[in-house]
Amino acid sequence: MKPLAEHIRAITPREAFRPVVMFVPWIVCVLVALGMHTLAPLVVDDYWVNVLRRIGVFIVAAVSLNIVNGFTGQFSMGHAGFMAIGAYIGGGVTYYGSLMLHGSVGDPSFQTHGVLLMLGGVAAAGCVAAGAGYVVGLPSLRLRGDYLAIVTLGFGEIIRVLLELTTKQLYTREEVTLGALFKLPLNGPTGFERIPGYASVFWIFLFASITCLIAYRVKQSSSGRAFLSIREDEIAARAMGVNLTKYKVRAFVLAAFFGGVAGALYAHTGVNPSPTDAGFQRSFDIIIMVVLGGLGSISGSVLAAIILIALPELLRDLQQYRLIVYALLLIIMMLVRPQGLFGVREIWDFFGKKNRPTSKEESNP
Amino acid sequence: MADFFQTLIATIAVGSLYALVALGYTLVYGILKFINFAHSDIFVLGAWTTFAGSTVFLTKFGYEPEQSPWWLGVCVLLLAIFVCGLTGYLIERFAYRPLRKAPRLNVLITAIGVSLLLQNVGQLPGLALVRGPERVVTKPADQLTDREKSTNPEIAGDTATIREPGEALATLPFGSSPKRAPTILPDAVLNETVVASGTSKGGAKRGVIVLDQAIELVPDRGYRLEIARTIDGQPRRESLNLAVEPGKYEAGVELATQPRRNPADLDGARYTLVRDPLVPIRLLDVLIVASSLVLMAGLQVLVFRTKLGSAMRAVSFNVDTASLMGINVNFVISFTFVLGTALAAAAAFLYAMKYPSLQQPASGVWVLLGLKAFVAAVVGGIGNVRGAVLGGFLIAGIEFFGARYISTELRDVYVFGLLIVVLLVRPNGLLGSAVREKV
Repeated sequence: MKPLAEHIRAITPREAFRPVVMFVPWIVCVLVALGMHTLAPLVVDDYWVNVLRRIGVFIVAAVSLNIVNGFTGQFSMGHAGFMAIGAYIGGGVTYYGSLMLHGSVGDPSFQTHGVLLMLGGVAAAGCVAAGAGYVVGLPSLRLRGDYLAIVTLGFGEIIRVLLELTTKQLYTREEVTLGALFKLPLNGPTGFERIPGYASVFWIFLFASITCLIAYRVKQSSSGRAFLSIREDEIAARAMGVNLTKYKVRAFVLAAFFGGVAGALYAHTGVNPSPTDAGFQRSFDIIIMVVLGGLGSISGSVLAAIILIALPELLRDLQQYRLIVYALLLIIMMLVRPQGLFGVREIWDFFGKKNRPTSKEESNP
Repeated sequence: MADFFQTLIATIAVGSLYALVALGYTLVYGILKFINFAHSDIFVLGAWTTFAGSTVFLTKFGYEPEQSPWWLGVCVLLLAIFVCGLTGYLIERFAYRPLRKAPRLNVLITAIGVSLLLQNVGQLPGLALVRGPERVVTKPADQLTDREKSTNPEIAGDTATIREPGEALATLPFGSSPKRAPTILPDAVLNETVVASGTSKGGAKRGVIVLDQAIELVPDRGYRLEIARTIDGQPRRESLNLAVEPGKYEAGVELATQPRRNPADLDGARYTLVRDPLVPIRLLDVLIVASSLVLMAGLQVLVFRTKLGSAMRAVSFNVDTASLMGINVNFVISFTFVLGTALAAAAAFLYAMKYPSLQQPASGVWVLLGLKAFVAAVVGGIGNVRGAVLGGFLIAGIEFFGARYISTELRDVYVFGLLIVVLLVRPNGLLGSAVREKV
């Protein structure tokens, strides 16, 4: 007699449901975003809703940096550079788009189109940042780990300097011409202002959950396994036929894409993106999130982003000690628990089945 | 042409500073195989120690920076080296040594942590080491504000005297505002020409000297008058700028100086007319280059001619074998680390003399400076002592010549651009040798 499980498998029309099942995670993403959007204003006040939006943005940033720093073990220190590219592209598309199509920026009657513009801006930001990631990554990923750190750090600084050289922002419809836009009117060192805050909790958490979903699927895919193998041992990975440069660049471009998305969302949360956002201090902030959460753990990055954004808000009076605490946290973390909060595992690996396969993190102090 | 030589001089002076810092990176990388991100913060510590040390000394003993004794510079330099060396030792001992067997990424992250820690501890509001003169305000007792009442004014009759402590001139930690370090090394332009000297006689107007010989002032060059005269029996020297057109002047002609609010009476004063050189060579630059060269030569001797140096090279080559050969690995690593930080401290002292406006410790300026020095080490071939020196001059050259002849704003871009180009063409740096990775 056949086992019961096989009977059930035989009668379940899996193939028929396949298209539906395929969309379930995406639907869950939308539901999460919708839930956050409706619940957040009921539970907390406006100030904390804003904090929540920043948390969402940094979840996208930290999870995307985790793809290259955590999964692949290539230490990129220029993630803020990609974020800044994204912020300026995304903000620029929305700002100059609404100026050209509507004649003014942030008009409530233009909201629907504005949000569409923002989505276009996010897509454009991701693509441009990914392109920049390809250009930076292809040469520098041939280098050994710490050289890569320096090159990417230098890249962030170059982006900062170049953003400082952009021309003054244009404020009226008449000034905006194709020629004027080619001079990159992004307001130089003062920062790009008056970008409408279209990125509501819904959009931010939609992108945050999509980023997590894609990062998770990448981690489970053959590419993801190649990433992890590079991280564990480059020579062994190469011996197994993994094309090192190809997979490193792939991880880097993917991370840059979502870095750009994070930046574009950040630009729409009512802040003025400025060239210092491309600097190494912002990069360090994101790196700390990734390291704290665990290099390679998506849920760890999410949790670390929540902690590291919310904690300073709770400890507002101790603002000047914030970075000291961060620094001590990093050092102690490396001395005591070098793999971060979760290591490469996810939060649910700690519950559920005990004998779940984990990486060799335990043998890797 | 003058521009070219001026830029060259700046390149050599700043390049030798970059080279000193790059040597620190390269020494640590050579022996521990990781980028010591905290190195630039050691440099900052050195610069601020220089500031604090010289300020404390000058205030306590009532010297003006110009008349500070010659040995003060040496003392402050030694102080900076001591403070930085001690900090470097502590960092190595407590942050890096426990991680010696850990993956490189972890050490790199720890280094970032140490760097952030030093920066942010460094700019905490500090306790005053020395204060300026006490401020005493006297006002009618009934006009005191609440804030003034809280400072326990001394009230005598109707008037109240408020004593406020003077402004903190130097604090520890260093606080979060930029400060100006006193220049305690001698500085003068070495190659200026004396055009004429003599005594001014019979001038009726103030602020005017009367020539007692014929002179010629050529266009496009600056002129300066060194005046020596006696006021109330006290000899006094000062330096004035001329306010006349170039041309020939006969004896007996009056030469006006730059107008001031209260022009001096120059009748009977001894004057020396000095022409600025086309390419000024400053004593300070010469001192910087000379002391850097001495340090580099000393390091060269230490690494390649002494027993300790061969121990360092052995540890850098293979730690395990070195320890089997009876080398005290922990001592050698600590020593190398302290040596690197001492070089950074010396560079920081010289830097604070050349560029006295110090930014607050966590300012991005410092990190950028450290990065450039690191780029110098990488360009020269990290782990290679001569390469770091070459890289230092190369980076300074591309930065200054690029800034002078192409565009000032892009100076950081050239440096990182050079880094990327060099790494693409020669991934081990210009003088670095290729290392085969063994399985």
